[in-house]
Amino acid sequence: MSVLVYVESPKGHIKKTGNEVVSYGSRLAASLGTQCVALLIGKADDAASCGLYGASKVIHANPSSEAEFDSQSFTALISEVAQKEGADHIILSNTANGKALTGRLAIRLNAGDVTGANALPETSSGFIVSKSVFSGKAVVKYSIETPVKVISVMGNTLQPQASGSPAPVETVDMPLKATKLKVIERKTSEGIVPLPEAELVVSAGRGMKGPENWGIVEELATVLGATTSCSRPVADSGWRPHHEHVGQTGVAIRPNLYIAIGISGAIQHLAGVNNSKVMVAINKDPEAPFFKAADYGVVGDLFEVVPRLTEAIRRLKHS
Amino acid sequence: MNILVCISKTPDTTSRISFRAGDTEYNPDGITFIMNPYDEWYALVRAIELVEQNGGNVTAINVGPAANDIIIRKALAIGANDAVRIDIDPADAYVTAANIAGHARSKNYDLIMLGKETIDYNGSETGAMIAEMLDLPFVSYASALQVSGNMSTVTRDIEGGVEVCQVEGPFVLSAAKGMAEQRIPNMKGIMMAKTKPLAVEVASVQNPRVKANKYVLPPAKSGVKLISPDNMDELVRLLHEEAKVI
Repeated sequence: MSVLVYVESPKGHIKKTGNEVVSYGSRLAASLGTQCVALLIGKADDAASCGLYGASKVIHANPSSEAEFDSQSFTALISEVAQKEGADHIILSNTANGKALTGRLAIRLNAGDVTGANALPETSSGFIVSKSVFSGKAVVKYSIETPVKVISVMGNTLQPQASGSPAPVETVDMPLKATKLKVIERKTSEGIVPLPEAELVVSAGRGMKGPENWGIVEELATVLGATTSCSRPVADSGWRPHHEHVGQTGVAIRPNLYIAIGISGAIQHLAGVNNSKVMVAINKDPEAPFFKAADYGVVGDLFEVVPRLTEAIRRLKHS
Repeated sequence: MNILVCISKTPDTTSRISFRAGDTEYNPDGITFIMNPYDEWYALVRAIELVEQNGGNVTAINVGPAANDIIIRKALAIGANDAVRIDIDPADAYVTAANIAGHARSKNYDLIMLGKETIDYNGSETGAMIAEMLDLPFVSYASALQVSGNMSTVTRDIEGGVEVCQVEGPFVLSAAKGMAEQRIPNMKGIMMAKTKPLAVEVASVQNPRVKANKYVLPPAKSGVKLISPDNMDELVRLLHEEAKVI
């Protein structure tokens, strides 16, 4: 019995979501009285750092290869490692790739699974995993009834803390099996924290009137160190790139702070953001539905309010 | 090409959610049910477009009780050629996936499509499970699909961008926004749907692996705290000292 954590390393780097799942796995292992093993596939700098977040060992498969993602070949590799290690709890990030792997691994390992866990499992009686359902309108506590369990963890579920020491790394050569799928191109924006792992998000909607006005939003995000997002009509009109769209049909996020600028707060938008810890709405319409969901609200002209907010944050950072 | 489209029945987005039996069951009373929008708008419509272009057949499949026939008829009205319902109210994604894979195993579909997730349980796992059971490739969160003979080119949403992949032969695809536009069934479609074949099959797998133990509503919001637009220092102070998020 042990906990195996698959740690993603996009472009060869372990990100915050990776550290977070190792923390999650090692805390689960502690509650079960067992150890946590981290698995990396393909290039990854600083594999031993998984130890800082509680892994007692790191298995690094094919450390010099690019390892293009394919859910089929990755599932085969992760399952093989899980079986070799005798792992009965498999933990992944709830990313696009993590979700594609979770269901497959559950079938391969005859396991029950939960995608998008929002807390550590309760293990005192049975094995209970909670997750947000009905697009944030409720939380369900699932009981996983099988001996082997697979869980993907929603971003920002817990704060990874580097309190351990580097772990021993065992490199293994396990060529990914050939499949009928080939990745031919990847286009991602550089240098920004991706929305699912962003702690601070500044989002703007139709109230901005046009794409040429986004400067004040970007400046606020830069000063705050936040990631930018947008509402559906904004993405649909091509004012902002599609991958920035948060909401039911776009990305679902769970930041510590979500600032909604000129977004009315339709139920479909809230469905993607209402797991945020704190929400701020800035809107000139006092009847905007977002004020019913927000923690803090500012009724006013965003073209005046947003630059003032940016200045106020600058003052805080300098104090 | 022969395409299988998996459709799920979900509560309407605007439904008020409540529970019963000591908060262990979702309460369907008074809820308007719809076809899961991602299954309908993206997977089903793209499948119909592909068959319109290349010839073939679209089969809609649902795992659920007879009450689900209404959404299956809607899929037929939008343009699916025929439909299958597997007669069990599935308790988890595994039961759904296993029954769909059980049906598909002997049918040689060229493509199996579904939405990126359902809007009720937001699991996003049924497609991955079907793919593993049938030993097929799986492309999730697909926002574009072009098919040329035996080769498909798929654009897939990933964190902060997209990935483009090529798949040879049959595979499973979960569809996201961008894949197609919603189609409203017309009167002719609705009339034709009444006579299109809807086969009912016995469930081959019944036992779930995961059970919903308890449902909890999120804590009620304490109400918005309004800050004067002239006092952004106060908002920053609250975010820093009270909410402790910056």
